[in-house]
Amino acid sequence: MIEKALKGGSRYWLWIGFLFVLIIVGFLSYLKQLAHGLGITGMGRDVSWGLYIANFTFFVGVAASAVVVVLPYYIHDYKRFKGITILGEFLAISAVIMTILFIFVDLGAPSRVLNIILYPSPSSLLFWDMVVLTGYLILNIIIGWWSLDAEDKEMEQPRWIRPLVYISIPWAISIHTVTAFIYSGLIARSFWHTALLAPRFLASAFASGPSLLIILSLIAKRWAGLEVERDAIKKVSVIIAYALAIHIFFVLVEIFTVFYGDMPAHTDHFRFLFLGVTGKRFLVPWAWGSVICALIAFITLLKNSDRLNEKPLVFACILTILSIWAEKGIGLVIAGFIPTPLDEIPRYYPTLFEVLICIGIYATGFLVLTVLYKIAASIRGKNRPFS
Amino acid sequence: MVKIIIGLICLLIILFSPVGYNVITGRTGYIPLLKTPQYQGDCVEGTIYMRKRHMEVLERWRNAYVRDGIKRYVSINGIYNISLTGTCLKCHSNKAEFCDRCHDYGGIKPGCWDCHHIPEIKAEK
Amino acid sequence: MNRRDFLKFAGVLAFGIAAHQSVNLISQSRARDEKKSTKAWAMAISFSACARREGCRDCIDICHLIHNVPEFDNPKDGLRWIWASPYESVFADQTNPFNRGMLKNLSVLCLCNHCDNPPCVKVCPTKATWKREDGIVMMDYHRCIGCRYCMAACPYGARSFNWRDPRPFIKNINKDYPNRMKGVVEKCNFCEERLSQGLIPACVDICPEKALIFGDLNDPDSEVSKVLRARFSIQRRPYLATGPRVFYIF
Repeated sequence: MIEKALKGGSRYWLWIGFLFVLIIVGFLSYLKQLAHGLGITGMGRDVSWGLYIANFTFFVGVAASAVVVVLPYYIHDYKRFKGITILGEFLAISAVIMTILFIFVDLGAPSRVLNIILYPSPSSLLFWDMVVLTGYLILNIIIGWWSLDAEDKEMEQPRWIRPLVYISIPWAISIHTVTAFIYSGLIARSFWHTALLAPRFLASAFASGPSLLIILSLIAKRWAGLEVERDAIKKVSVIIAYALAIHIFFVLVEIFTVFYGDMPAHTDHFRFLFLGVTGKRFLVPWAWGSVICALIAFITLLKNSDRLNEKPLVFACILTILSIWAEKGIGLVIAGFIPTPLDEIPRYYPTLFEVLICIGIYATGFLVLTVLYKIAASIRGKNRPFS
Repeated sequence: MVKIIIGLICLLIILFSPVGYNVITGRTGYIPLLKTPQYQGDCVEGTIYMRKRHMEVLERWRNAYVRDGIKRYVSINGIYNISLTGTCLKCHSNKAEFCDRCHDYGGIKPGCWDCHHIPEIKAEK
Repeated sequence: MNRRDFLKFAGVLAFGIAAHQSVNLISQSRARDEKKSTKAWAMAISFSACARREGCRDCIDICHLIHNVPEFDNPKDGLRWIWASPYESVFADQTNPFNRGMLKNLSVLCLCNHCDNPPCVKVCPTKATWKREDGIVMMDYHRCIGCRYCMAACPYGARSFNWRDPRPFIKNINKDYPNRMKGVVEKCNFCEERLSQGLIPACVDICPEKALIFGDLNDPDSEVSKVLRARFSIQRRPYLATGPRVFYIF
């Protein structure tokens, strides 16, 4: 089927070429990082995880959120999700690839990455994260690829795909749960050490992932003529609204618990995040930006719940993505380290190279996504400028 | 069909380019000459075994010393302190003409010296 | 290679393999014998003795010198095995308005606590850090992949990462001890390399005020056991139940 991605109009190739340029720039930046060490990033002794791990966390959520379309389509036989389900599965593939790349570029000694497999350590959540992410990637590749292949050959979906789909649903939950456990299992950082983290991660994932999916579906529909039912988009937008509401609720629950209890070890991180401490306020715009984006997105979604108006919907989706990215990416990872165990307030700013490497990884994800959507479009879609 | 053949020829040219490079530079028959230690006697294991498996011995030494706290190595040739710089390089004191020659020839870059220090070369007796 | 050579080669090889297998067994059983008298290394640090010499950095300097710990101008890239921090930041959870004033200018020596229940060990995905029988939390710099999960897990900030190649930033290289490479985590090892030679840790050895007391908790007659029995001591963040083996006394 891959040959279908090799035929396309000039716009298609222009887009692919553009992505390749970004990938090459990112790759060269990574080579620079390899030569110089991770000191080239904004990370340091006190804030020892940064933009890479923030992005990793966010995109695990995006990958897990495919379940939002897979579950109704396969379990409840909700036929209208046919078009969007394959897009969701392919988005999951590209998101998992990005998460693996984000972990990889974060390693100090990447040549030894296989040590995770050579010396498996079940007590480490990072080991389990590797297991569930690889498994999820394989599951989605098999399910997405073979169901599309069957469609291409105008055959029934092979019967063995069903059990795999059933496995992939709890598996999707597991990848984001394990990712939350990476943080919540640490007693050293009270900001992360909360049982609510995994549910919070899932709720925010089910808001941000489907938001990205809606935007991508609309693009795929317009540019590649992929069939995505309006009803499906409307249903997904309702799911986003509910997930966003649950997410906001969870954050408020967390804030109540922390501030009513008023233990400095717990409040310090939130104070730093939302107010700034000792004049250091560099996360404050992110924190409040995230809150404002989430509220506007939620209100917009509510107001448009009875009809499907694309423009406000896309607006709400973009705000949701930005809000969650700032909240569970940047906000969660960096505020977890500040204040440090020694009560210091260090600074963290990503450097140019760090950002370029991230952009290179986004571009890789989008390249995978474009190729997969292109294949889907050439099987399902009508001829459009992009195809 | 023609395209395929041209493609195959290109592939072969690329595959054999290193051989061609050595032919042009006249290094086809090159074998690295090593400066073996003056010290007469055996290494921690037999010479042929060491030639083939010194890297495995070093890895075992490393794990035994760092991870299991085993500080000595017993072989039929004797008892040795487990130490790269203390034991190996005591005899093989000329790293440049012993270790490096072969490693350079094979294009191998062991990371040992990123961290471990080469003891100063003592005047040979 | 002719047939004779080949046979010779194969014979030597086979013998070599057999030899090293048996040898490994010998050395392992020997090691097991040595371990029978298990130690439990611990340290006590006296605030008052340490404070007697203001600005003294002897322990820090000697540790960083013999272990080839580099010095960076940019604090972000910095590494530390042992360092001094103000009392109110190290023991932020054990202050009140009165002792806060009293201990205002007190700086406290910090190092790896070699916890009984080390959170860093639990999270390492490659077993590059582990707890030895004698209580030392060890690092295998050959194994570490540099994921820095242990740094996030350590409640004491005791772990540092090599953000850059450290070698150019080591002022005086001690050739008897390796440095680390860029991309791995490192920390205090309780001078494991000195203990194996029967020496006490360098920081303890050099302290002019004998503010650092080191020894074996399994030995009731060791100095550290006696001191901890006789004097009131505190630990860093004891409620986390990590069981630090570095105690602070007044």
